[in-house]
Amino acid sequence: MPTNRSENLTAFFASRWGIILAGAVIGVLAPLLQKLGNPPNMGVCVACFERDIAGALGLHRAGVVQYIRPELVGFVLGSLVAALLFREFRARGGSAPLIRFLLGGFAMIGALAFLGCPWRALLRLAGGDLNAVIGLAGLSAGIWVGTLFLRRGYSLGRAFRTKAAAGWVMPFLMVGLLLLVILRPQFSEGGAVFFSLKGPGAMHAPLLISLGAGLLIGFLAQRTRFCTMGAFRDSILIRDFHLLTGVITLAVVAFITNLLLGQVGFGVAAQPVAHSNYFWNFLGMVLSGLAFLLAGGCPGRQLFLSGEGDGDAGIFVLGMLTGAAFAHNFALAARPDKLVAGVVQVGGINTAGMIAVLLGLVVCVVIGFTMRERV
Amino acid sequence: MTQIVDASGLSCPQPVLLTKRALEAGDLLVEVIVDSVASRENVRRLAESRGYRVKVDNREDGFRLTIEE
Repeated sequence: MPTNRSENLTAFFASRWGIILAGAVIGVLAPLLQKLGNPPNMGVCVACFERDIAGALGLHRAGVVQYIRPELVGFVLGSLVAALLFREFRARGGSAPLIRFLLGGFAMIGALAFLGCPWRALLRLAGGDLNAVIGLAGLSAGIWVGTLFLRRGYSLGRAFRTKAAAGWVMPFLMVGLLLLVILRPQFSEGGAVFFSLKGPGAMHAPLLISLGAGLLIGFLAQRTRFCTMGAFRDSILIRDFHLLTGVITLAVVAFITNLLLGQVGFGVAAQPVAHSNYFWNFLGMVLSGLAFLLAGGCPGRQLFLSGEGDGDAGIFVLGMLTGAAFAHNFALAARPDKLVAGVVQVGGINTAGMIAVLLGLVVCVVIGFTMRERV
Repeated sequence: MTQIVDASGLSCPQPVLLTKRALEAGDLLVEVIVDSVASRENVRRLAESRGYRVKVDNREDGFRLTIEE
């Protein structure tokens, strides 16, 4: 069993100061990663980075968003290290995996309609992008709808312990990705692995710094159970503001760090890698928020869980990768606002993207109604 | 009366919701079985924030929390 010292540490990380520490560390690191090369207001964006990874592997061929993001490798491996050190690594799974896969896919489609996951919504806000206010409102609305399902007995059912090997799949997959980004092999002429030459995919901090930041965040988030979706859910559902304290700390510290680094630019139109179509910014995040809630965690939390042996969370991550592939192959993802000769061209999603978001909402609502235990 | 809530294998927030429901049903003693430290901390935080006393026993495959006023 863990020693007294590790129990004390566990108690600290579970405390208010623990979650504040996690939020503050992410709030400092994300703007720094941007300063060191990551795309604007995208120091860390779990959805965008998974999309970049899908692109690097050739699952989609949008040339400007292809890079294996070492931050996410770090998220999983940092969580793995924390779970092993504190003896919390438990291989488990079997709680409606295919439903989770589907939720992951639609969560990504919603996130790419807004151009960011909850993490990036907070970072966009911290960089002065006021569209994020609408995104966060949509996120909260989606989570609120989800809490109605929870109150009615929504559940994906129990997970069960399984053999350790099953819990190591995601960590090993991440080691594989790390090797691909270090060695940069090309498996055929003009083929994968792809690395963007321009666009957001070409913008990245040095590999070791990205990996180190990811490892630190993964470690802290595993210990503190940091979750951007859970923050809103717990506040609405049980008036527990513990996780929200961490999320607010993240936004405030990131804003201050951005100010110090000169990375704040208030505005709505033509914000970096963002569009100002209010309605679809809102609805995209409603879909994302609802899908994250139904799956039990934000995209970051799913990565951290997958690092501590949760195969169901791993399935959700793979669903997100697949969703990203669909989003770009089927042109469902949003186009950012563009400045053409000084005039703003408002971006957004096309008709197919709108249909995909609406379809996702329908699927989530059906899942919400049908997956339930008697209360 | 003791009510036993078996929340093993369930992920958050379900262990917390089941505990909340049991506490609100007015049972004098509620025992909650969870299998992760995260659920243990969440259930403990809920109970303590509502003024209950919580005792934790380690089990082979998780924890048993005894919650009483």
